[in-house]
Amino acid sequence: MPLLEIRNLHVCVEGREILHGLDLTVNAGKVHAIMGPNGSGKSTLSHVITGKPGYQITAGRILFKGEDLLAMGPDQRAAKGLFLAFQYPVEIPGVTTMNFLRTALNAQRKARGQSGYSTPHFLKKARTVAKQLNIPQSMLKRGVNVGFSGGEKKRNEILQMALFEPDLCILDEIDSGLDIDALRIVADGINAMRSPDRSIIMITHYQRLLNYVVPDVVHVMSRGRVVKSGDKQLALELEASGYAQFEDAA
Amino acid sequence: MDLVLAKAMPEDKANAERAASNVFAAAQGRLPGAGRIAAIRARAFEAYERVGLPHRRVEEWKYTDLRVLMRDVLRLAERPDASALKRAQAAVDQAAFEGAIKLVLVDGMFAPNLSDVAKIGKGIDVQTLREVLESSASDALAGLVLSTTTDAMISLNTAMATDGVVVTIAEGKALRRPLHVIHVSTTSSASHFTRSYLHLGDGAHGTVVESFVSAESACGYQANNVMIVLVGNQAGLSHLRVKADAADAVNISSEIIAVGSKAKLNLFDMIRGGAVSRYQDFITLAGEGAELCVNGVNLLMEKQHADTTLVVDHAAPHCVSRQNFRAVVDGAGRSVFQGRIIARPDAQKSDAKLTMRALLLSDQAEADNKPELEIFADDVKCGHGATSGGLDESLLFYLGARGLSENDAQALLIRAFLGEAIEGIANENLRDFATSQTERWFKARR
Ligand SMILES: Nc1ncnc2c1ncn2[C@@H]1O[C@H](COP(=O)(O)OP(=O)(O)OP(=O)(O)O)[C@@H](O)[C@H]1O
Ligand SMILES: [Mg+2]
Repeated sequence: MPLLEIRNLHVCVEGREILHGLDLTVNAGKVHAIMGPNGSGKSTLSHVITGKPGYQITAGRILFKGEDLLAMGPDQRAAKGLFLAFQYPVEIPGVTTMNFLRTALNAQRKARGQSGYSTPHFLKKARTVAKQLNIPQSMLKRGVNVGFSGGEKKRNEILQMALFEPDLCILDEIDSGLDIDALRIVADGINAMRSPDRSIIMITHYQRLLNYVVPDVVHVMSRGRVVKSGDKQLALELEASGYAQFEDAA
Repeated sequence: MDLVLAKAMPEDKANAERAASNVFAAAQGRLPGAGRIAAIRARAFEAYERVGLPHRRVEEWKYTDLRVLMRDVLRLAERPDASALKRAQAAVDQAAFEGAIKLVLVDGMFAPNLSDVAKIGKGIDVQTLREVLESSASDALAGLVLSTTTDAMISLNTAMATDGVVVTIAEGKALRRPLHVIHVSTTSSASHFTRSYLHLGDGAHGTVVESFVSAESACGYQANNVMIVLVGNQAGLSHLRVKADAADAVNISSEIIAVGSKAKLNLFDMIRGGAVSRYQDFITLAGEGAELCVNGVNLLMEKQHADTTLVVDHAAPHCVSRQNFRAVVDGAGRSVFQGRIIARPDAQKSDAKLTMRALLLSDQAEADNKPELEIFADDVKCGHGATSGGLDESLLFYLGARGLSENDAQALLIRAFLGEAIEGIANENLRDFATSQTERWFKARR
């Protein structure tokens, strides 16, 4: 059974169809890359998979571990092991990063029927992961993403992924706004997460990330559909020739 | 002309006034103070009767029309009997602030057996209003305690006050433990009136908490409280008030405050109960370099109406005032914040800032924020801002995607929102107390 299976997905926003019958299958343990021009619907797809309100699903289905994702709220999906690193992480003033991480982690554990982490256990875990990602302790005491630089926000997303240990990670342009060193740190963080039962979908515009985190499968999205899938060679072809050839296919 | 007016007078108002006259007449035997005091009361009642219950055409009461919300003044509550005191005790235990010295007023009467008067230290004088008004030795004090304004509800209070606490902290002295004035209502469908007084001498310091609560099964009561506060030069007062009245009660609290030179007042007003609640604070920064921080939160649901109205009068130069209010309104609740900042002609270098923000959790929730500046001095720094709106959907989704249920995500954001006002409380214990009080609202909301 695939970890994620999307069939014939049609999605409208404010009456306009944005995804036009999208198919995607992700097997456990695989790293997928989704590439495609601006506005082709990549972030929309990530939002629909994670349950953001405001999208009308007019046809199709999404199965995660064989279960109907569309019937679940965003929190239930997270508890089931789904994670989205946002293209634009939000700022939450007045909620410290530490408090947020602990509340979120324990909410997920509770929903899965696991016991919550004690404060010392949690702190130790969070500090260790933060250190690996080169995130200073002082950042954990600040409001979630408040005053964080673009790169710091992205690292904070990876920190959460590492803490929550999800089964499917969708990373929406995790490489945008990262300097060369930060990209390497983030890539190391992603590679450390690779495991036989965990899958990763990376949405990206650039080959550079794929040099560090080598994908098993590469998809091209255009105008609301997956128009081509291949191996890592496909990304290199795109780098050379651009998306023009797929505009007609879509 | 008079005749026309009388004819046009709505029946409600006529009824309300008749009710008030009857209530005042019936209360005569219960009101402490004879001679000069009785004359002050009679004059105050006349002043009240001339205007009656405040209504929407009285500018300061525009959003809180007591003719509609209160209709009339209920009969005065009886002196609490043994069973009332027993019920009050349970409410006091619930409301208690750890480590504080309790001063308890039950249905408008000081309750010595529920209070900790014996524990009060040297340099701190606590009397009851009754003692002050009935002793000829404290004539001057009585005059101060009964000082009044043109506000009708304060006039009514001057006429009707049955008791209260009169606290004086001598020059240079500090309260070693906080005072906790607890107002308990035990009688349904009755009114009560207290008048209190708090004086910090020059250089004195203290922390005073005030709670407004009800005994189990007490409902439909009307509370009217006034406190006169004098903060001496270089003195410091932390003052936190929490209204947690029965769901169908009316509670109007007025505070007339003067802050001396280089003195610091840290005030916090919370409303988390009652049907109709109002704080009206008239604060004068009377001495050069006085500092005021007054924050507050209104937590509302169902059809609750909460009004916090402040007048901050910069009457001396170099004073600083900060006001920061938050309202969380669910159901068909209505929150009102009115903040007027005055900078008198010689109040140069006044520095005043006022922020009020309301979070509306339902379509029927309503918030009226009205900041006003009256600036007569030319070298001042004054700013204000007011906003209202719902919770940010993108934040809710982010939290949901991280595993928080809708309820928990909302609560986290609401707590953060309230924190912006609560963090202004200077004293850590008071801050924790305020937070624990907001938690009770979350519990009640569920
Ligand atoms: N809330 C919305 N309201 C209206 N249109 C929307 C909304 N969200 C997305 N769209 C439209 O849907 C299309 C796909 O947007 P989406 O953000 O999914 O693209 P993308 O592939 O992620 O682009 P990029 O590479 O720039 O991030 C765009 O044309 C966008 O304008
Ligand atoms: Mg995008």
